[in-house]
Amino acid sequence: MATSISSPSSSTPLSPIQLSVIQRKRRSNLFSAAGIVSILIALMTLIALVLQLFIQGLPKLNWQFLTSFADPEASLAGVLAALVGSCLVMLVTAATAVPVGIGAGLYLEEYVTRNKFSALIEINVTNLAGVPSIVYGLLALGLFKYYFSLGESILTAGLTLALLVLPVVIVATRESVRAIPSSLREATYAMGASKSQMVFDHLLPYAFGNILTGVIIGLSRAIGETAPLVTIGALTFIAFLPESPIQSSFPFISFEWLKAPFTVLPIQMFNWVSRPESEFQVNAAAAGIVLLSLTLMMNSIAIYLRYRIQKSLKW
Amino acid sequence: MTISSLSEAIAAPPRKQVIRRLKERFIESVLFLCAFSCVAVTIAIMVILGTESIGLFKTVSLWEFFTGTEWAPLFEPAKYGILPLVCGTVTTSAIALFVAIPIGTTIALFLSEFASQKVRVWVKPILEILAGVPTVVYGYFALLFVTPLLQIVLPDLPGFNMLAAGLVMGIMIVPQISSMSEDAMRSVPDELREGSYAAGATKLQTAWNVVFPAAFSGVSSSYILGISRAVGETMIVSIAAGLQPTISFNPMDSAATMTAYIVQVSLGDLPHGSTGYQTIFAVGFLLVSMTLIFNTIGHWLKRRYREQY
Repeated sequence: MATSISSPSSSTPLSPIQLSVIQRKRRSNLFSAAGIVSILIALMTLIALVLQLFIQGLPKLNWQFLTSFADPEASLAGVLAALVGSCLVMLVTAATAVPVGIGAGLYLEEYVTRNKFSALIEINVTNLAGVPSIVYGLLALGLFKYYFSLGESILTAGLTLALLVLPVVIVATRESVRAIPSSLREATYAMGASKSQMVFDHLLPYAFGNILTGVIIGLSRAIGETAPLVTIGALTFIAFLPESPIQSSFPFISFEWLKAPFTVLPIQMFNWVSRPESEFQVNAAAAGIVLLSLTLMMNSIAIYLRYRIQKSLKW
Repeated sequence: MTISSLSEAIAAPPRKQVIRRLKERFIESVLFLCAFSCVAVTIAIMVILGTESIGLFKTVSLWEFFTGTEWAPLFEPAKYGILPLVCGTVTTSAIALFVAIPIGTTIALFLSEFASQKVRVWVKPILEILAGVPTVVYGYFALLFVTPLLQIVLPDLPGFNMLAAGLVMGIMIVPQISSMSEDAMRSVPDELREGSYAAGATKLQTAWNVVFPAAFSGVSSSYILGISRAVGETMIVSIAAGLQPTISFNPMDSAATMTAYIVQVSLGDLPHGSTGYQTIFAVGFLLVSMTLIFNTIGHWLKRRYREQY
């Protein structure tokens, strides 16, 4: 760009304006390069992080690692208890945060009458999203563990993380419901539907895909959260699995697992990372690969879903 | 439908209508309870942090808590000055912002003003993945990759140091700052850009002299929320920055932050109502107050720019 201006007049001296144009264009291109460099820094960090994990952890990552319990002997230790714990905790989190979050989102978007009280709720939702996760851990420690006497159980952990996911679900619900045009609401009312019929039979199905995307992103954050679970005192040495939710005898479903002590992947990784022996750091890297794969998988499902929805839904 | 049956339907049996109205009321109140749960959580946070830490302030004066320069609540003689922990938090957050603000702003300006749609489609998922990496993995990365790397350049660097933790934390915050700033920049109306181009400005001049100032309240709100994120970040600092409370603003030192202290104490045996138990709630109270102030300023700034156009 700059050369096309300067080349024909290379024999004659450039006017001050031409010089200024060349200079300004050069600066602009320079900034463009700085932008690419910044993105590369971010990308390089991501690549370095993944490479570091894989170089250190991949040799350790095998079937035995995934199916063994934690062990004082680094070479024998595995992540079975942590993997199962993470899944069960996420189950509790999803089962509590999703209905409450969707309900709250629907209320704030469709039902609320604008007054001081609704403004208070709004401020609360935005503030809760900014509260550091460790504070939720302190809340859980004081409230769930001691006042409700739920102990260091899967239930406590799931509820704690549900508090973290709740604002994400609320925001996702509100945004996807808001995007639905009001003609749909009017058409539903014209057919004689009540408000709840309109909301649950018509708005919710249309908003479902976007809400699901938000829920998956929220859960992918929660599965990697460590700090709040450390605070409630999650154990790291667990050499047994919680009781299975599905039983062979009547009544076939058991909720005993909710009360079981647990560990989760990020805590197991934290525990291994903070040990000085390098064998345990290898374990930490391997656990990191498992954890990162889980979150990346969830994230890419969410990104893909959003891409599909953006393509198919046109109001 | 005949006219008579239609009029019957309009004058539907009151019982049916009452049930329908009750059902509507019931659903509405359930949804209201869901929404109210957010308020309840906020109240619960304040009440729990307050009541559980109040015991500490029966033995320690607020003055000592906020101005003491030594933090050793679990040793004899116990010292309850929070300044060393605040100092660690401030230093690591400052390093993080020193990284995150320039990189995040540059990426935001680049994506909103320079990049083509194609580039944007590729870069945004990368940033999202970067934002989705669990913090414990970042902590591992800071301790076992960044610190050894820095030790090549700075041989005196200790194994636990605020520099590596701060740098990694900065990279972690980049996606938040860049995506929020970019949103603010893209909401600047095109007429402003066109006017600037018509006056002969280059892309950079337009971006820097027109778009950036116009989007500044949104951009600054992303900075403030970034600060709040850095202050509350826990795992990176507790893994990589060390656990020794020291008053030092030197990034090459090892120091505990407020969050790292909470983690450190939680890892040990923690009976209900013990001194250790009370101190983590007191530290948590200060932490939540700090982030609350930053978040309030951030959201206030964000609302302001929304109303501008």
